[in-house]
Amino acid sequence: MVGIITYGVYIPRYRIKVEEIARVWGANAAEISGGLGVFEKSVPDMDEDAATIAVEAARNALLRRKVDPKEIGAVYVGSESHPYAVKPTACTVGEAIGATPEMTAADYEFACKAGTAAIQTCMGLVKSGMIRYGLAIGSDVSQGAPGDALEYTAAAGGAAYVIGNDDPIATINRTASFTTDTPDFWRREGQNYPRHGGRFTGEPGYFKHVKGASTLLLSQLKKTAKDYTYAVFHQPNAKFPQKVAKDLGFKPEQIKPGLVVPRLGNTYSGASPVGLAATLDIAKPGDTIFVCSFGSGAGSDAFDITVTDAINDKIDRAAAPSVEKLLQNPIYLDYARYAKHKGKLVMQV
Amino acid sequence: MTVARFWRKIPQRYNLVGTKCETCGRHFFPPRTFCPDCRRNGKIVDHKFAGFGTVVTYSVIQTEPDQFASPGPYVLAIIKLDEGPQMTSQVICDPKDAKIGMRVKSAFRRIATDGESGIIHYGTKFVPVE
Amino acid sequence: MREVAVIGVGCTKFGEHWERSFRDLFVEAGALALEDAKMSGDQIDAMYVGNMSAGRFIEQEHIGALIADYAGMTGRHIPSTRVEAACASGGLAFRQAVIAVASGIEDIVVAAGVEKMTDVEPGASTDALTGAADREWEGFVGATFPGLYAMIATDYMHKYKMTREQLAHVAVKNHYNGARNPIAQFPNEITLDTVLKSTMVAEPLRLFDCSPITDGAAAVIVAPLDRAKEFTDTPIRVLATAQASDSIALHDRRDISTLDATVAAGQRAFKMAKLSHKDIDMVEVHDCFSIAEICAIEDLGFCKKGTAGKFTADGETALGGKIPVNTSGGLKACGHPVGATGIKQVYEIVQQLRSEAGKRQVDGAKIGMTHNVGGTGATVAVHILGRV
Repeated sequence: MVGIITYGVYIPRYRIKVEEIARVWGANAAEISGGLGVFEKSVPDMDEDAATIAVEAARNALLRRKVDPKEIGAVYVGSESHPYAVKPTACTVGEAIGATPEMTAADYEFACKAGTAAIQTCMGLVKSGMIRYGLAIGSDVSQGAPGDALEYTAAAGGAAYVIGNDDPIATINRTASFTTDTPDFWRREGQNYPRHGGRFTGEPGYFKHVKGASTLLLSQLKKTAKDYTYAVFHQPNAKFPQKVAKDLGFKPEQIKPGLVVPRLGNTYSGASPVGLAATLDIAKPGDTIFVCSFGSGAGSDAFDITVTDAINDKIDRAAAPSVEKLLQNPIYLDYARYAKHKGKLVMQV
Repeated sequence: MTVARFWRKIPQRYNLVGTKCETCGRHFFPPRTFCPDCRRNGKIVDHKFAGFGTVVTYSVIQTEPDQFASPGPYVLAIIKLDEGPQMTSQVICDPKDAKIGMRVKSAFRRIATDGESGIIHYGTKFVPVE
Repeated sequence: MREVAVIGVGCTKFGEHWERSFRDLFVEAGALALEDAKMSGDQIDAMYVGNMSAGRFIEQEHIGALIADYAGMTGRHIPSTRVEAACASGGLAFRQAVIAVASGIEDIVVAAGVEKMTDVEPGASTDALTGAADREWEGFVGATFPGLYAMIATDYMHKYKMTREQLAHVAVKNHYNGARNPIAQFPNEITLDTVLKSTMVAEPLRLFDCSPITDGAAAVIVAPLDRAKEFTDTPIRVLATAQASDSIALHDRRDISTLDATVAAGQRAFKMAKLSHKDIDMVEVHDCFSIAEICAIEDLGFCKKGTAGKFTADGETALGGKIPVNTSGGLKACGHPVGATGIKQVYEIVQQLRSEAGKRQVDGAKIGMTHNVGGTGATVAVHILGRV
């Protein structure tokens, strides 16, 4: 049965508070935090990027369980902030974990759902017997334009999943997706920052696709929200996942462990993968987890997951930091240092 | 640092792959293909270091070369890896917290970039062991 | 093996010479040396020139040929060789010249050093100097030259509890001497406060602990001792020449704050000259950074390991002290045109031994020593010279 063999997360140590960003733009911090449900977001160090985050997340995954990297037959990294437009992050990751050269690799882009798309691809390669293990990563150092609403939530972080058949800690029983051509949020080649359709990103974007994929999967499985212990929805802010969960019949307690956006921000391709990881951090054998990501452009990937005994017997979750641990002891930055870290200052080249 | 010179040592830079002399048991990082003790009698093999070590000496660099990935003060240190050899690297920590004897472990970071259009030089720096 | 003597010396002023090129500097130093020896260039049999990095600073290699050409020597097709060992290039050029004469293969040989550092931007200058360290495993990972010597200082101060104030005395003394040296780049006295309040470069080293970027050239002429009187009434005998090497990277050294190559070269020099420390009247050491002078005087054996800080603060290395160190002002105050420094050190000792050192003269100077280091100690050259 195909599933998650091991998982790992990496979140940079720096943070900036919503109130500090609001201060610079003369906005009302309380209103913004109240509206978004987000209080602070993670910021990469000056020498971190989507590749270094992906590597650290992958290495953390491999600390939890003894997997021979040479048996990893595929590496896919999903991101909106790949360091190169041409030259895959997946190659750097493959090299840094010792999986090269006998493997396939490619980078994915699908806004915030590139990481879950990578998971689906690995599932297919494993199920078909083409590979033994696949590594799927969602990692971002997301950019929001200065003064734009997205600046309050665009964060840095990532999670890595080793997908395979041998004693998974959680089986991925089924996945279903819902994809359309919807221009809710985009970035043209060469542009520094993405643009978005404001309120258009809500109903025609997020809600249509998350509900589309979720109801599709639930009907295929003939299940309802009540059948699940936990649920993880894409979290661009705290309000959207709370609303969609309610609309689909999920209770607040079900989504609580996976709702990390208030303290982390939106790690884009890392968002759903990190939310799932936070849930796996506390899950017990027999727990069932419903996951539905969302990526602008647009599409959603839904997953039905069952946690197995192997989560206690076959991996050592304590061998790598939990999401909760990575959220602790942050180092706060003022806006000037944040701008320096995020490359928003035009330097002499 | 040209493309070829950077690429040639990627396993060393990313994964701390050094060498070991099987004849005398000495470990080398940075790697050596010739054991200074055994010379032509030394049998050299690759050895992947675990990435844990202790700071032997350090300095907080205030003025740094142009191409480095982290402008601003940074900690430069000589680290004695647990397996024996000493290597030079940066330690990512508040400069005030750096001290001789601190335990550190390897982390994957950007070392430098070749300008805005050249390649990115990834490699190993160190973080304190908590 | 023949005895060798220095028969003539010349040195340009050290500083930022915007108007003067690499070639101009060399020619000036060479002409001064020939004048000093009252000889014609036609009498030169061979040249050795120390230069660290003309390729990076002025995009020029093939320095041996260039120098012979611009010194007007092409007609005689003499052998002319560039010698490189980072900051020890000059010391090694001198040693090669001495060996050529001692061996009998050449008679009258010029040993010169030249560096033109200010034609590139400061960032490029610092990067070029990093080539003196291990580029692949020190420079590439973020080590700067001051950073490496700063790590030596951290290790030294941790082991021997030298204070920051004691270390500051090195630069104060060297500036005092430099103020009395007509060729010095910084002929001004400073106070301890100047050093302790200057900008931090790499902890614990501040701006005034660091030698500057300098343009300059120096040249000395050596000959067999038994021919010296043809050229000068004050020949200076080369009593010893010694050279040693060590690992290029600081992290591979046996002890971070001991330059074993200095220990080795120093011991070889004393042995060759059949002399001991009490015979030395003054020594020019390689103070690329203040901590380098501290380590040098210990590693050469002038005081015990761990005591040089107090030794310096107590004035023992000042002009009137037990063993005057860097009467020229050292690399700090006199300046450090990399390839030229080793030759300038010989120039200073020769002036001292000829009683031509003016306001920085050490009374009764009979025997002097030079100590020139490449990188963080991977190459060291030590010479001992004495009045005939």
